[in-house]
Amino acid sequence: MRRRYLAYPYVLWMAAFVVAPIAIVVVYAFTAKGGGATFGNFAEIVRSAPMLRTFARSFWLSLLATVVCLLIGYPMAYVLANERRGAQRVLLMLIMLPMWMNFLLRTYAWITILEKNGLLNRLLGLLGVGPLQMINTQGAVVLGMVYNFLPFMILPIYSVIVKIDRSLLEAAEDLGASPLAVFRRVIFPLSLPGVVSGITMVFVPGVSTFAISKLLGGSNSGMLGDLIEMQFQGTSYNPYLGSAVALVMMVIVMVFMYFMNRVGDGGQEAMIL
Amino acid sequence: MRDSAKRSPASRVYAALVILFLYAPIFILIFFSFNSSKSNVVFSGFSLRWYRELFGSRSVLRSLYTTLEVSVISAAVATVVGTISAVGLFNMRRRVRTPLMFVNNIPLINADIITGAAMCLLFVSLGSVLKFQRGFGTLLIAHITFNVPYVILSVTPKLRQLDENLVDAALDLGCTWLRAFRKVIIPEIMPGIINGAMIAFTMSIDDFVISYFAAGSGAQTLSMTIYSMAKRSVPPTINAISTLLFGAVLLLLVVINVREFRQGEREKKLKKSK
Repeated sequence: MRRRYLAYPYVLWMAAFVVAPIAIVVVYAFTAKGGGATFGNFAEIVRSAPMLRTFARSFWLSLLATVVCLLIGYPMAYVLANERRGAQRVLLMLIMLPMWMNFLLRTYAWITILEKNGLLNRLLGLLGVGPLQMINTQGAVVLGMVYNFLPFMILPIYSVIVKIDRSLLEAAEDLGASPLAVFRRVIFPLSLPGVVSGITMVFVPGVSTFAISKLLGGSNSGMLGDLIEMQFQGTSYNPYLGSAVALVMMVIVMVFMYFMNRVGDGGQEAMIL
Repeated sequence: MRDSAKRSPASRVYAALVILFLYAPIFILIFFSFNSSKSNVVFSGFSLRWYRELFGSRSVLRSLYTTLEVSVISAAVATVVGTISAVGLFNMRRRVRTPLMFVNNIPLINADIITGAAMCLLFVSLGSVLKFQRGFGTLLIAHITFNVPYVILSVTPKLRQLDENLVDAALDLGCTWLRAFRKVIIPEIMPGIINGAMIAFTMSIDDFVISYFAAGSGAQTLSMTIYSMAKRSVPPTINAISTLLFGAVLLLLVVINVREFRQGEREKKLKKSK
């Protein structure tokens, strides 16, 4: 059944709509606003304190969100993998369901809760606490990311743990390992590929997140996604600078993913899931 | 790895708490969608006021229609193109296939905002040469572009499972290649095709970022309307949309799961009868 030409139209399509757009971003990143090749866009990023702060904030907040997701998600994946098969099915469905709902709506839900006169402050008021400033803080942005991305941490870790061969654990127990040692020496190392792809699947969309920070974080918590959006669609229209920001972000993310892939080979597979 | 000894009450409580964390905000939205007042804090009585307002809104209905249109068309095109391309790619030499599969995966790996911004640049610069504005056409192109990879990724494993002898047998018995493709290959890889089509459809419905960049101001999907509706405070109609979408997704997921379950049972029976 050698019919290679069947793929040729799609190869052309990819050239036009996958490769060409990225090539244009690269060209724009090295083009001055008035035309002509330049490194000026990158110089502008390095020289602008607010932009550097946005870079730092994006990486810091998504790192926090990734750590929180891992701390909540790993035990959840572990519990899930040990459940009865029927319960596993139901729980998996429950975890996936919110993922399929629009992330804007999921984020709006938190505005309602965290608002100054919102639900949480009312509840705290009953206890005689507050009102606390919760919305428009960086904490709210991290919470929003954790809420949106938690399933992306649980699912890959679960899919690796559930495949671990039970006889390995029994062997470890027979050889005298304590439950803690079994976890530390057998289960955890074997689950690393899932952890690696979970981290990638939370951190990468976290860094580039757009709108979550705008909705929950207020004006002082803009992230890289918001910065790029502003240059392309928003008030400070400058696609040259926007392309430079996008290119820098893409390179950093690619380097990050390269190292993550080397740490946990096989992580790719779990990522596609 | 299932281990019954590890199903302690504590682990059950933990799982329940995580599920609560995931669902509490959604249920709050649903609850207040039936509120008769504008408040998201105090429930002042049951009413369907916000649903009436929602269905009375032209822009919401229009964008819902756009979303369905773009999702159905792009999923259909992506399913056909993806299936045919998967067969072509599968038969390529490894040296050619590997880089092509890498390019195929770019839209999945890349951050949405970069895919979106890059497409925006392409469409704007093409548009200034060819004299067109971003709109439904560019929106559709963008959706097809990010949908085909999902179809290819779900069809390829099925092709790997396909017994090539079956195809050869059909050809030896006088089938034309096209007939063998229709009668042998397609039925064998059907589960992968259906799976890919469903993923593509849901990805389209759910997408906001890429649509936002690809459509410009020329077309508006439901998620773009939602975004423009509330930048700071959340109008109660958002609650009503959330409730309806949640219901739709729930229904879809139940249908998919029941289908998968039945398929599994059928395969079990087949194995037994063998």
